[in-house]
Amino acid sequence: MHKRVTFRHPLLPYLLVLPQLAITFVFFLWPASQALYYSVLRQDPFGLKTKFVGLQNFERLFSDPTYLNSFDVTIVFSLSVTLSGMALGLLFAVMADRVVKGAATYKTLLIWPYAVAPAVAGVLWWFLFNPTIGILAYALRSLGYDWNHAVSGTDALILVIVASTWKQVSYNFLFFLAGLQAIPKSLIEAAAIDGAGPARRFWTIVFPLLSPTTFFLLVVNMVYAFFETFGVVHATTSGGPGQATTILVYKVFNDGFIGLNLGSSAAQSVILMVIVISLTMIQFRFIERRVQY
Amino acid sequence: MSLRHTLLAAVAAVAMTGLAASAQAKTEITWWHAMGGELGKKVEEIAANFNKSQDQYELKAIYKGNYTETMTAAIAAFRAGQQPDIVQVFEVGTATMMAAKGAVYPVYKLMNDSGLKWDPNAFLPAVVGYYTDTDGNMLSMPFNSSTPVLYYNKDAFEKAGLDPNSPPKTWQELAADSKKIIDSGAATCGFTTGWQSWVQIENFSAWHNIPIGTKSNGFGGLDTQLTINSPLDVRHIGDMAAWQKDGIFKYGGRRSDSAPLFYSGECAMYMNSSGSYAGVKGNAKFAFGVGMLPYYDDVKGAPQNSIIGGATLWVLQGHDKAEYKGVAAFFNYLSSPEVQADWHQFSGYLPITQAAYELTKKQGFYEKNPGTDVAVKQITLNKPTENSKGLRFGNFVQIRDIINEELENIWAGKKSAKQGLDDAVKRGNELLRQFEADNS
Repeated sequence: MHKRVTFRHPLLPYLLVLPQLAITFVFFLWPASQALYYSVLRQDPFGLKTKFVGLQNFERLFSDPTYLNSFDVTIVFSLSVTLSGMALGLLFAVMADRVVKGAATYKTLLIWPYAVAPAVAGVLWWFLFNPTIGILAYALRSLGYDWNHAVSGTDALILVIVASTWKQVSYNFLFFLAGLQAIPKSLIEAAAIDGAGPARRFWTIVFPLLSPTTFFLLVVNMVYAFFETFGVVHATTSGGPGQATTILVYKVFNDGFIGLNLGSSAAQSVILMVIVISLTMIQFRFIERRVQY
Repeated sequence: MSLRHTLLAAVAAVAMTGLAASAQAKTEITWWHAMGGELGKKVEEIAANFNKSQDQYELKAIYKGNYTETMTAAIAAFRAGQQPDIVQVFEVGTATMMAAKGAVYPVYKLMNDSGLKWDPNAFLPAVVGYYTDTDGNMLSMPFNSSTPVLYYNKDAFEKAGLDPNSPPKTWQELAADSKKIIDSGAATCGFTTGWQSWVQIENFSAWHNIPIGTKSNGFGGLDTQLTINSPLDVRHIGDMAAWQKDGIFKYGGRRSDSAPLFYSGECAMYMNSSGSYAGVKGNAKFAFGVGMLPYYDDVKGAPQNSIIGGATLWVLQGHDKAEYKGVAAFFNYLSSPEVQADWHQFSGYLPITQAAYELTKKQGFYEKNPGTDVAVKQITLNKPTENSKGLRFGNFVQIRDIINEELENIWAGKKSAKQGLDDAVKRGNELLRQFEADNS
């Protein structure tokens, strides 16, 4: 027999999920439908003249080689931010998990960067890497590398990746640490008694048991890299030099809020939305299967 | 007393108190601005002084973030029917504001409707010309305007055996001086520039009296096209790319990101806004001087006059007459010589009226602060022509991004000067066509 929760009043369950539905509607469905609506329009900034143009905004984007180029930039950027952010978060979590003395202090310090606003994080790294006054640029020069993110696209891309990753490491750290602490110590001790070294213990026991956390973070970090990084780019490179750091979400922000080109910006955000939804679906369909809860 | 009399008296009394109340209630005017820091405090001061100068209107100055944030906020507010009376908009937003007929209240109309005394000829043509329609009518009220000048390190000039009181006048001299400076070890780089599109393309063209775009730089209509790939532009950008290889020129990034190159003494010369004077003065640990922008002396008609940047005050539609009267009264107050001269001397922005310039001169300000008059002299050097009146292109914020991108491709050696500027024109024209389609 099925075990079923029953409510005394038929409307009560709906009432209980209502707040959640309301939030989804206000913060996702409504803005998303607005984006869809504006993506088929051309409108002047003041909203005085509106024209329906069908798919023209999309056609224009896909015939623009610079827009297609920003796909490449976005892929490199997002993969780098996600992978390096998660790898560093995991590394720090494993290290901090082993610390006995002053553990709280280490943890607090590692969590700090998360409280920094993206734009501030950007400016901070911009200063450190500033070719004229930055201490890191100075150090690199003494090592024989002439760092200049104003001219070199590679340097600029590294700069925004470092700044965006740095901000996200704390978040990853926090979740990995919690995940590590949930792994029963007895399992690890048993493996140690059987003669498995630290590396073996990590890869055969800890890492698989962390997979739910890892999977969750993969989704969250992808979304972060795709959607929330325009502040860093805006504060550091403005998408330059050339278009070396123009990631898709920065172009949405720049064309819409700076350039006041609403139709194109809306079309771009629809494209971005489709990409992220399909990426998340792929992740849930193919990667989640290998996750052991 | 009969009942009728009592009633009449009561009505009269109520009417009297009503009148008294309306005389006391001040009409409120809102002004959204983009001046942060010290400049923001000065704006507050101007508003407070205006409020003290009369008792009919109460002006509220509200800081709304940087230029783009302020403009976006005002537009969003307009769409929601909550717009301020006055909004400060930067010069590249001019075409957008102008095209929004029905949203803006042109200043010349406002002043005429208000019945207040006002003389459009009192303003400096080089400043106001940027913001007039084809018939010469003022559309917005100039507030903070600046123009690029050449800052140079006098100590480095002296060390290189150059005369510290004569900055280079031409590009040829500038290149030669830079070489001497680098060879003598006085600095490792000759010059750098801020706001490269504004200084090295837009002002460069005006200064050499060549067009930036067709249709009188866009003043004549929306069907304008960019012409910044002219032979002279290609020559100049090509020269800069070549100078970059020799260390004569060093690129320091967009906006004013190149400032540290000059402050640290790495580059001996720096081209940027006259409004950067206070910043240079505060940061340079060496004696510095101010000169005019260099020109190519083999180009006929150079130097012409430079054009401005900065922002103006636009009046938005949708308020009642009494408020607009207050706005007109404020604009009259703002353009008075005393207020203008004070603002000019405090901020380094250009005076907008001839009278304010004369007053500043009379007060001996330019003698005490040498170099602060170079900007005024430069924009008034000649009567502005079609090419040097300013520019008016739609979507220009994005077009500037494109110019930045293509120039950076040139500095990185990815494209030749010709190729980069051709691409900038091609991509820029596409945005101009979009703007034309959206606004016709």
